[in-house]
Amino acid sequence: MEFVIDIKKRLYDFQLDVSLQSKEEIIGILGASGSGKSMLLRCISGLVKPDEGQIIINSKTFFDSEKKINLSMRDRKVGFLFQNYALFPNMTIAENIAFGLDKLSKTEKNERVSALMEKYHLGDIGKRYPTQISGGQQQRVALARAVAVEPDILLLDEPFSALDVHLRNHMMREMSELLKEFQGLTLFVTHNREEAYRLADYIAVFKTGKVEIFGQKDAIFKWPASLETAKITGCKNIVAATRLSENRLHVPQWNISLTTVMKIEPENGYMGIRANQVKLVDEPDDQQENYFKVWIADESDGPFRTSLYLKIGSRPESIHDFHIQCEISREERNHLDNLSEPFVIYINPEFVFFVDQ
Amino acid sequence: MTATVVIFFLGLIIAWLMTNYNGKWKGLIDSILTLPLVLPPTVAGFAILLLIGKNGPVGNFLEIFGVNIIFSWYAAVIAAIVVAFPLMYKTTMGAFDQIDPNLLSAARTLGASEAKVFWRVAVPVARPGIAAATALTFARCLGEFGATLMVAGSIPGKTETIPIAIYFATQGGEMQVALIWVLIIFAISLTVLVINNYWESHKKKQQRGFGG
Repeated sequence: MEFVIDIKKRLYDFQLDVSLQSKEEIIGILGASGSGKSMLLRCISGLVKPDEGQIIINSKTFFDSEKKINLSMRDRKVGFLFQNYALFPNMTIAENIAFGLDKLSKTEKNERVSALMEKYHLGDIGKRYPTQISGGQQQRVALARAVAVEPDILLLDEPFSALDVHLRNHMMREMSELLKEFQGLTLFVTHNREEAYRLADYIAVFKTGKVEIFGQKDAIFKWPASLETAKITGCKNIVAATRLSENRLHVPQWNISLTTVMKIEPENGYMGIRANQVKLVDEPDDQQENYFKVWIADESDGPFRTSLYLKIGSRPESIHDFHIQCEISREERNHLDNLSEPFVIYINPEFVFFVDQ
Repeated sequence: MTATVVIFFLGLIIAWLMTNYNGKWKGLIDSILTLPLVLPPTVAGFAILLLIGKNGPVGNFLEIFGVNIIFSWYAAVIAAIVVAFPLMYKTTMGAFDQIDPNLLSAARTLGASEAKVFWRVAVPVARPGIAAATALTFARCLGEFGATLMVAGSIPGKTETIPIAIYFATQGGEMQVALIWVLIIFAISLTVLVINNYWESHKKKQQRGFGG
C-alpha cells in the first residue's frame, strides 16, 4: 500500500497544489469548506484532470503529466462515496450494488451482490428502491456499491454530513469497522475534526488548496505544528506570545508567563491551550507555576458541558472582556458555586504548544 | 408517428451532447436548434422548401439518384421533424440539467461507459421530463399544418396530415368528414396523454418510499 500524489490544478482564482505521499491505510483530510479537499478526490478519481503532476496509487500510475499518462476512469478502479450517496433512484438496491460489475457473469454478479449485502447488514432490502430505505442503510449501500468493484483506493467525500447526530455516531463506529476490513487505501475528506480523529490514523490538514500539515493524528492534535492546524483542530485559546527561555514563554495580552514541556525555538509566535485542558482547581499547588487567578466574564451552558470565558488577573468590565476559554463538566461548574471569585486555573505545561508566526 | 420516433432519439442524443458541451459555441448552437420553435411554421416550411426543393442544394443532390422528396411522404415527415424538434430538445435538455451531477459522476467512477451513463442513468432519471417532451412532440407532429402544407402539399393518403384534412374538408363544406377527423385526433391525443400520465404515476408509486 502506497500512494504518491503531487498535483496542481487551477480553477478560476483557486489553486490546488497538493503533495502527499504515504504508506498509511486510512488517511483523513481535514479542512474548511472551499479548501480544495473535494477537488483532490475528484482529481484522483479522474472526474477532474489536474493541470500537471502525478498520481500513483499502489504503483499504478493514474496520471502523469510528463509521461502523458491519464488513465480513463474505467481503468482506475476507484471507489467513490459521495456526500449525498448518489444512489441511482431508478434502480433497486441490488441493481445499484451490481452497477459496476458488468464484467462478471450473471452468477458471479449475484454471488458478489449477496455477499456484500450480507457483509454490510443489508438484509433483504435488495428489491427496494433507494428512497424506501433509511439514511444509514443508504450509506451502507453506497459503500457496498463502491467496494463492489474491488477498488485500489476508496475515496469518501464528507461521508457523515447527511446524517443526523444520533445516526452519525452510530455510523462512524460502523464505518470504522468496515474500513478496517477493506484491503486498500482510504482517503476521506471532512471538515469535522472529530470524524477525522475517530476514523483516520493519519491526518492531512488542508488550507486554501495546500497541505498545511500531514502526520500522525495524536501528534497533530496534541501539539499542532502551525497556527492553521491549531485552529482547524479546534483549539479555542490561541494568543500571541514571546519566548523567554527554552521552556518558558510570555503572553503579553494576558500579562502572564507560562512553563511548557514543548521546547520553544522561535522568538515570536503564538501559544495555544485547548479549552478542555484549562483546569479549575480549589487550591493552588505549592510551586505556583502555571496557576492563575481568574474571574468569570461570561458562560455558555451546553447540555453536559459548560464553557467559561475567563479573565486572568483582574475583574472583567463586560462579558466581552475575557482572556481564556475553559470547558468543564456541569458537576465541576456546580462545584464552583461553593467557592468565591477569584477562582484559580491550572494550565498543564504538557498541553501548552507554541507555533511559529 | 415516424417523425416522433426520429425526434425522440435525435432530440435525446443532441440534448445530452449539448448538456455535456460547455464550449464557447454553446449559446449559438442552442439558438439555432431552438429557432424553429419561434419561427412561424410557414417560414420553417419555406426554409425547408429552399433546402430540399428541386433547386435546393439537398434537392439537387438527391436528384442525381433520381429521388424527389418534395411533395412526398418524406417531406411531410421532415417538416414535422424540423418544426417539432425544438420542443423535444429543449424540454429534454431541461430534464437533463436537473439530474444530480453526482449521480453521473458515481456512474463514471464505477467504470460505466458514456453510453451506459446515458442509457442506464441519465435517461431513466430524466424520464418524467423526457416523457412529457415526447407527448408534446407527438402532439406537435400530429397537429403540424403550416410547414407541411408548404413542402408536402395535401395529397390524400400520402402527405395529408389530419389538421390539413380537417381544413380542406371544412373548406369544401364536408362538415361530416371534418367532424370525424376532429373526433379521431381528439381520441388519439387524449389516449396519449392518459397513457403518459398513468405510466408516470405508476412508476412513481413503485419508487416512492417512506423515507424522505
